[in-house]
Amino acid sequence: MAMIRYVAVISSLIVALIICSCAAKQKDILQAQESQVKLRSIQSRVYDTNDRKFLLRTIIATLQDLGFVIDDAEETLGTVTATKLKRYVLRVTVSVRPRGDLQMIVRCNAQYNLQTVEDPEPYQQFFAALSKGLFLEAQQVE
Amino acid sequence: MSPKAAATGLMMASLIFSLVACVHKIPRDAMALSPDSLRDRQLQTRIFETNDEKMLLTASAAVLQDSGYTIEESEISCGVIVSSRDRDVTNPGQVAGSIVLGVCLGAPVPWDKRQRVEASLATKPIDDQRIAVRVTFQHVVWNNHNQVSKCEQLNDPQIYQEFFAKLSKSIFLTAHEI
Repeated sequence: MAMIRYVAVISSLIVALIICSCAAKQKDILQAQESQVKLRSIQSRVYDTNDRKFLLRTIIATLQDLGFVIDDAEETLGTVTATKLKRYVLRVTVSVRPRGDLQMIVRCNAQYNLQTVEDPEPYQQFFAALSKGLFLEAQQVE
Repeated sequence: MSPKAAATGLMMASLIFSLVACVHKIPRDAMALSPDSLRDRQLQTRIFETNDEKMLLTASAAVLQDSGYTIEESEISCGVIVSSRDRDVTNPGQVAGSIVLGVCLGAPVPWDKRQRVEASLATKPIDDQRIAVRVTFQHVVWNNHNQVSKCEQLNDPQIYQEFFAKLSKSIFLTAHEI
């Protein structure tokens, strides 16, 4: 009898622990390690063009040059999603949106396996490659 | 969510979970242009003398369907087609070899069981008379323990030569509405 009670207590504790850990994870759904402003600054650049279609097609070509395979492209929303498999999984979504009449903001966010990429270097490499394809200089978002 | 999207999501999740244990930090050159990028681009691209992008995309989709791929996404305005194909890649020779090796080592040796190939195609007009078509293939292979044994881009020139040979034929057939 004592044994059954002991097992019941242990089981309840395990269930409680699982529930607590799930609750903790759910709180993290919108959390990032870097601040929202810093992350946007790392992931975004401004280009002096208003040709949305040309920009999207150059983003697709740049991602292909970087070894990505395009998963999805949507002109209305201005997004391109791609995956690179090289003993790891690197997924990126690149979005474009107008800034005034003459400029476009390009934002790239990447996920490496299960981690959000918050290191500036991979983004700098991406924008360097995109600038080459566009023949345009990338500017920091102010 | 469609069953196909759910299956793709599940596969991606299992792939990430299988790989996460091995690699932790993003490699420094993960998003840098590699010295091979120009060679890969040439391998994966052909230029067609036409200004009919819609016809090129239709012919490309037909080639992918001819090869057993299922079209997952298409966006004509961006010139993109995304497709995939799942296959059983169990090879009796590899299975026999794995069993023999397993007996010798006293531990099970896995063999390749399932493969998913993703083909993604993008068109890009060069000028008024020419359009470039670039196709990229990548594959993921799972073993009989449902673990990822391979995940990489396919850069065998023969695959691309065969694809573009079929595409040239398909353009002719599409132009003649066959």
